[in-house]
Amino acid sequence: MVSGNPSSRARVEAGLGKRRRREIIFRSFGLAATLVGIFFLVAFFWTLIAKGASAFAQTFVQLDIEFAEEALAPGGELDLEFADFDSIARTALRTKFPEVTSRNDRRELNRLISVGAGYQIRESIIQNPELLGKTVAMQVPAAANVDMLIKGNIDRNVPADQRPLSDQQIHWIDALVADGSLVKKFNKALFVNGDSREPELAGIRGALMGSFYMLVITIALAFPIGAAAAVYLEEFATKNRWADLIEVNINNLAAVPSIVFGLLGLAVFINWIGIPRSAPLVGGLVLSLLTLPVIIIAARAAIKAVPPSIREAAFGLGASKMQVMFHHVLPLALPGMLTGAIIGMSRALGESAPLLMIGMVAFIVDVPASISDPATALPVQIYLWADSPERAFAERTSAAIIILLGFLLLMNLAAVIMRRKVERRW
Amino acid sequence: MVSLSLRETGEYRRMNQMTQPSITNEVSPKKSVTVEEPAADGYQTVGEVRCKSPFIVAENVDVYYGDNHAIKHVTLEIAKNQVIALIGPSGCGKSTFLRCLNRMNDSIDSARVTGRITLDGQDIYSKDLDPVVLRARVGMVFQKPNPFPKSIYDNVAYGPRIHGLANDRAELDDIVHTSLERAGLLKEVKNRLDEPGTGLSGGQQQRLCIARTIAVNPEVILMDEPCSALDPIATARIEDLMDELSEDYAIVIVTHSMQQAARVSRRVAYFHLGHLIEVDETNKIFTNPRHKLTEDYVTGRIG
Repeated sequence: MVSGNPSSRARVEAGLGKRRRREIIFRSFGLAATLVGIFFLVAFFWTLIAKGASAFAQTFVQLDIEFAEEALAPGGELDLEFADFDSIARTALRTKFPEVTSRNDRRELNRLISVGAGYQIRESIIQNPELLGKTVAMQVPAAANVDMLIKGNIDRNVPADQRPLSDQQIHWIDALVADGSLVKKFNKALFVNGDSREPELAGIRGALMGSFYMLVITIALAFPIGAAAAVYLEEFATKNRWADLIEVNINNLAAVPSIVFGLLGLAVFINWIGIPRSAPLVGGLVLSLLTLPVIIIAARAAIKAVPPSIREAAFGLGASKMQVMFHHVLPLALPGMLTGAIIGMSRALGESAPLLMIGMVAFIVDVPASISDPATALPVQIYLWADSPERAFAERTSAAIIILLGFLLLMNLAAVIMRRKVERRW
Repeated sequence: MVSLSLRETGEYRRMNQMTQPSITNEVSPKKSVTVEEPAADGYQTVGEVRCKSPFIVAENVDVYYGDNHAIKHVTLEIAKNQVIALIGPSGCGKSTFLRCLNRMNDSIDSARVTGRITLDGQDIYSKDLDPVVLRARVGMVFQKPNPFPKSIYDNVAYGPRIHGLANDRAELDDIVHTSLERAGLLKEVKNRLDEPGTGLSGGQQQRLCIARTIAVNPEVILMDEPCSALDPIATARIEDLMDELSEDYAIVIVTHSMQQAARVSRRVAYFHLGHLIEVDETNKIFTNPRHKLTEDYVTGRIG
């Protein structure tokens, strides 16, 4: 049509340049926005890994530990109450530096090994009583500051009164490095230990188990309740003013700040029902309430998205409402419902504010063995470590974030696989 | 005039009406419709609403969607072993009427049906009748082919399964095979019964839906524009199928195509704005309509 009329064709062509310019500008805006996003994502991961990766390795001191009979078994039998394992470790270190004699210097030297050394020696003799009377080469954890110096996180060039290690201590550390007594090993403690005041002994296990228990409770409660509520609201509830009111309230609940749920948990579960505080049980209940609205909304959307023609076909064949739901609607809605549940779970995993209100922010050394033991959660542990003054906790904070993200990734991966499986059946 | 073919009749009428000033002066065809619109109540359907040995009897049926009066005082009898076509312009209530016959309107909260519809003498809106039983007796085929996202076999077997029509696997196999056979689909899908029904072509899907419907062994089959999404070849196959099926079932078909109505049905009911305007034998409706609105519609003036 345009080519048929020379004047309008000329106009179209005249405006073409402007249109193309606009298109290019629009595209470059989009590209720029994407690049900004990618930049920050990369920067985030880079700083996180740069800071946190070193926490996965840990410095150990190689010592010849003497399991002397007079120190461990004065009566011929192993006497764990009598034995001073710390002093055994300290003695082993001092044999490397025979020139250190003054009380002060000895105390400074002792600070180079972790208090964990004594625990380790104790554990090895309990597990292997044959060691009694022998001298064994063992690698015991070095103090956090030694580790920091080795990793370069403590600057030896600053004046001695501004760093946590004295010149003398640095000299000893150098000597240990020189004779190969300082070794870096994989930091197993980070994964198997609970929290600790000593950074070199602190681990994520307690928080990991706390988070795991809470998520199990959350998924076990929130998914069935949310799915059932969504099915009822979508399929059975008559559409009236009450239904509208409920819908508005559910949507509002999804936007309520999470700390409010923490207050609710404190008031209802702890103060009224009397569940012990700091327990993953309470945390799981609170997180269930928190994720319920998200799950209900997603499940309702998934149910709504099932084509009405499928329902009609089933109804037309004489299927009852239950049969239509369970044979057709739910199987088709399940992938969408699962996605909603995973979004809810991811949110629950990263939530810390409500946990602060129910006492899950405490310093808890023991790894929880059940849902009623005191525990922390991963994000809370990150917060606690970030708040600690010791330098070595800085890298552990980043490491904990990496672990949290890994946990999240694993969860989402599981969800994707599950979703695929459910979808393939149809 | 009866001896004239359909097209000639239409042409003849159109030319004939050209001479009438009231119609030649009209701006839009709708205007003439409003003039002719029947009164809200007490409209008497033209033609023959009764039939010999009726199977479905609708008496004074009114349907409301909230405040919208969708079907107004419709009385119609439908016999077994014949096809009746419901025709009329969009929104005239023919689909609504069809859905009353198996209570598919139940699922719409605002829908309200008054009057009386009986199936083989039994009131289908009575409280003791479960719609599940009704729908097992009155099957339905929809406008768009809507196979379940399951295998071809499971699609056909679904109805017998939920109603417990087969005692064992062999019996179920038998039902599935006969149903596919009767729907004229068995030859094409024999070797791929476990493939998804959604992978078939549109026409095959619609025949699968028909197979699925007859697998329940209903007495009546309702068809809501079953060919509107299909090409002419698939349409022809379905029309042949309807012809065969009419030997055993009462078939009620809603269609927008007057050619289709003329080809497949023995009786035609013309709906207009919720009223059942005229019912008669197919050739009478198309060659000698008694009501002006019917005439306008079948000659292509409205609709």
